[in-house]
Amino acid sequence: MSEIKKASMRDAYGKTLAELSVINKDIVVLDADLSKSTRTNLCADKFPDRFFNVGIAEQNMIGIAAGLAAAGKTVFASSFAVFAPGRCFDQMRLSVAQPSLNVKVVATHGGLTVGEDGASHQAIEDLALASVLPGFHVVVPADAVETAQVIRTAANIYGPFYIRLSRIDLPIVYQNDFQFILGKASLLCQGKDVTIIAIGVMIVAALNAAEQLQSENISCRVLNMSTLKPIDEQAIIAAARETGAIVTAEEHQENGGLGSMVARIVTRNKPVPMSFVAVKDSFGESGKPDELLKKYGLTASDIVREVYSVISRK
Amino acid sequence: MTIGDQIIPFSPVPDTELSAIAKQLRRDIVTMISTAGSGHPGGSLSAVEIITALYFKIMRHCPSEPGWIERDRFILSKGHAAPALYAALAESGYFPVSELATLRKLGSRLQGHADRTATPGVEMSSGSLGQGLSFGVGTALAAGLNNKKYRVYVLIGGGECNEGQVWEAAMSAYHFKLDNMVAFIDHNELQLDGTNHDIMNIEPLGEKWSAFGWHTIEIDGHNFNEILSSLEEAKNIKGQPTAIVAHTIKGKGISYMENKVEFHGKAPNPEETKKALQELA
Ligand SMILES: Cc1ncc(C[n+]2csc(CCOP(=O)(O)OP(=O)(O)O)c2C)c(N)n1
Repeated sequence: MSEIKKASMRDAYGKTLAELSVINKDIVVLDADLSKSTRTNLCADKFPDRFFNVGIAEQNMIGIAAGLAAAGKTVFASSFAVFAPGRCFDQMRLSVAQPSLNVKVVATHGGLTVGEDGASHQAIEDLALASVLPGFHVVVPADAVETAQVIRTAANIYGPFYIRLSRIDLPIVYQNDFQFILGKASLLCQGKDVTIIAIGVMIVAALNAAEQLQSENISCRVLNMSTLKPIDEQAIIAAARETGAIVTAEEHQENGGLGSMVARIVTRNKPVPMSFVAVKDSFGESGKPDELLKKYGLTASDIVREVYSVISRK
Repeated sequence: MTIGDQIIPFSPVPDTELSAIAKQLRRDIVTMISTAGSGHPGGSLSAVEIITALYFKIMRHCPSEPGWIERDRFILSKGHAAPALYAALAESGYFPVSELATLRKLGSRLQGHADRTATPGVEMSSGSLGQGLSFGVGTALAAGLNNKKYRVYVLIGGGECNEGQVWEAAMSAYHFKLDNMVAFIDHNELQLDGTNHDIMNIEPLGEKWSAFGWHTIEIDGHNFNEILSSLEEAKNIKGQPTAIVAHTIKGKGISYMENKVEFHGKAPNPEETKKALQELA
């Protein structure tokens, strides 16, 4: 698994936005002085009349997005994940979610893998914030191919979206003919002893863990739960029934993230032993992405350890 | 009104009728807040002339077609003044005046704070102060993108100007040269805990809006002549938005509420209500 091609999710976002803007004249793009980093500039350069840089003012950006959407526009608004939803949660709540407006908040630089910039820039709470808002669709693509698909889907489905992308290039998991379906988990590896449910950066860690466990005679199912909301209950219930144990893996706080969402469905439908690979109620710090993932317990070997733990509790 | 597919906008009333309409809105406000048993009379009453002038004279709108795409937009940023807006919407024909009695009740279309999803004619959900001007900027930008001629009016409280987002939005409206938008600041000098001066000094308010690049006009916000002429002036301003700092009296029109911070968020009791309605007879 180790030597696969990597690609930028952010580039995929900007390029897809530019492609969509050719046909969809209602797309408007907003950014808050980060367009070179979020890559909305790839679209802005081609469609300057439909791009508004609002400066370093995320609250205002979301309010403007809501006003544009109320007048019929499909609005993509981007910043870093610490700032949107971090800086504009209330605006996402009342100006966008409550009236259910067609605003897509696409945040880059999610998670610890932001790296050297440190705790101030590492969003590990964003998924909890976005998911708690009624009506918001919340999606975490796993690679550049899925990112392009998710952006297309968001442009075509009415309503608020929060989409989290990574700063670092991620290994390509999907072939170009992959078809993302909102609300459907994708099965990356079939297995019968345990299911690893992962998102984003943790997908490749999950696949590596499954490969190692296979050699130790443990058969792992691996699901990419890229849509956190609405979450794929059927896939989760089937995993609990058919494999009898679940480990979740996410680059996010344990509180309110993927693990807690999966646990809610498991306990209600088919309680089985579970374990959670996530950040345990702490902030990040400066370091290389790989060093941080190791220090904060977000690696393939952390998943392997938790798999043994859930299996022992079966 | 609509005739076939054709939208007939609301017909502006003669200037001489505006005072009587304002008085009716005040009666509606007092009655509905009293019936509800809670609400915000002070800041609803201070905004009555501004809202009356907009809905009955200035704005192109169509009560039977709240979503008419060409309509001028009124955005109530100070969402706690929803009763003033509901009164204007009812009296201009968006829904029956009798529905005002349902304010704040379970299942009502008239929520405690303005709600875009609930009430015909309400453009934006508000109640978290500071958000309306940004929404207005988005609405005004959309007019440019969609080649629409509509104008955007946003009503902000003086205390609301404490919020940083207001100034982010003010900066951006100037930056984007939005001459199709007007911000009214209902400057009644009181907020929730006390006077603007004691809680958070917002002066010099007019100079702040000017410094942010807005064409700024200061008026008596209860004087129709001044409201109407400032709005005419705003229509002729090119390349920049207009801020109308309207000096108003919180609780205006009801002697025991005027300039009383206690009536920011308190309903009058039955006796007080009777007295208020006598004063507004
Ligand atoms: C973000 C936010 N903080 C606090 C409040 C509570 N609140 C409601 S009204 C108000 C005072 C508003 O003062 P002003 O804008 O001057 O309104 P007016 O005096 O015209 O009623 C406050 C603090 C709120 N609604 N929103």
